Amino acid sequence: MHELSIVMSIIDIAKKQIQGTDATDIEEIELEIGTLSGIEANSFEFAWNQAIKNTPLQNAVRKINHVEAVAGCMDCMIDFSIKNLFDACPVCGGHFLNIKKGKELKVKSLLVNYASEQ
Amino acid sequence: MCATCGCDADGTVTMHVPGEDNSHEHGHGHSHVTKIVDVEQDILHQNNLLAERNKGYFDAKNILAMNLVSSPGSGKTTLLEKTLTDLKGQLEFCVIEGDQQTTNDADRIHATGTKVTQINTGKGCHLDAHMVLHALQGMKPKNNSVLFIENVGNLVCPAMFDLGEKERVVIISVTEGDDKPLKYPDMFYTSTLCIINKVDLLPYVPFSIEKVKENALKINRNLTIIELSCTTGIGLDQWYQWLKSKVVAPELA
Repeated sequence: MHELSIVMSIIDIAKKQIQGTDATDIEEIELEIGTLSGIEANSFEFAWNQAIKNTPLQNAVRKINHVEAVAGCMDCMIDFSIKNLFDACPVCGGHFLNIKKGKELKVKSLLVNYASEQ
Repeated sequence: MCATCGCDADGTVTMHVPGEDNSHEHGHGHSHVTKIVDVEQDILHQNNLLAERNKGYFDAKNILAMNLVSSPGSGKTTLLEKTLTDLKGQLEFCVIEGDQQTTNDADRIHATGTKVTQINTGKGCHLDAHMVLHALQGMKPKNNSVLFIENVGNLVCPAMFDLGEKERVVIISVTEGDDKPLKYPDMFYTSTLCIINKVDLLPYVPFSIEKVKENALKINRNLTIIELSCTTGIGLDQWYQWLKSKVVAPELA
């Protein structure tokens, strides 16, 4: 359900980026979403399709870079890929982890059409 | 438009204070050039900025802000009622309540004599820093006070939204499952205190205190865990002790 809040924030970010320019529309938007970011794909899709209507993103192609989660074990200092926050270190079985990758939630770039040279 | 943050207060999020009749409310032509614009912006950036602003406000006024999160029905409001009544006079309190609809919770808090504002999120499923900022502007909490923010009953979405709080308290009751921390890891990961409520019902439910603690610590090994019952009063003194230990004396602030 919070996916709708997230989509609204993405729309705000996109709007701010093209504010004050003569952009006609946004062709593509590139997002970076980590596997541990808490975003559920179907909810996101649903929210996206509804929320982008009548916004500069309404015709944009959505590219999502899914960042696989990587954790560092604070006890034996190795890095390993994780699926869940409660996964144990495969070497020592410990749960004292530092999540290094996988919580990303960002707008990376936009492909914007302008009426004239910027 | 809100002068503070440029938001359009379109009336979907509303604020209420018990006893007051108020509504404080917060062509296709030819495209010639196509360009890639690097944005690199965190989507929760806006919320995080406002959360930092709230944090600064709390620090400046020496307000201990706590975000209470849980499923609906785990006993957040009852715990607050008990706390506000038992510690009356010992600490200065104020409360921000979050629910989709009604002022029911705020009315209960109001009955304890504590200053409270109700935020109704409408269709929204969580409080965010922006809503809290506006509630604070209306409430004007006193310096050196304790602010409880009772979030919308929801163990999923509130986890993502920093409100600027100092402590996040996740409450689960023994009538829920002892695997709750594993099912809702983000909430336990981001909390600082876990309260296990309704322990007076333990004889009647298949809930294992050992299991839930083990699961919670798997997610967040720094979590402090307190077991209590608002009905019998057991464990409440531990909660009050923890609370008081987090208050910074005015002369040290």
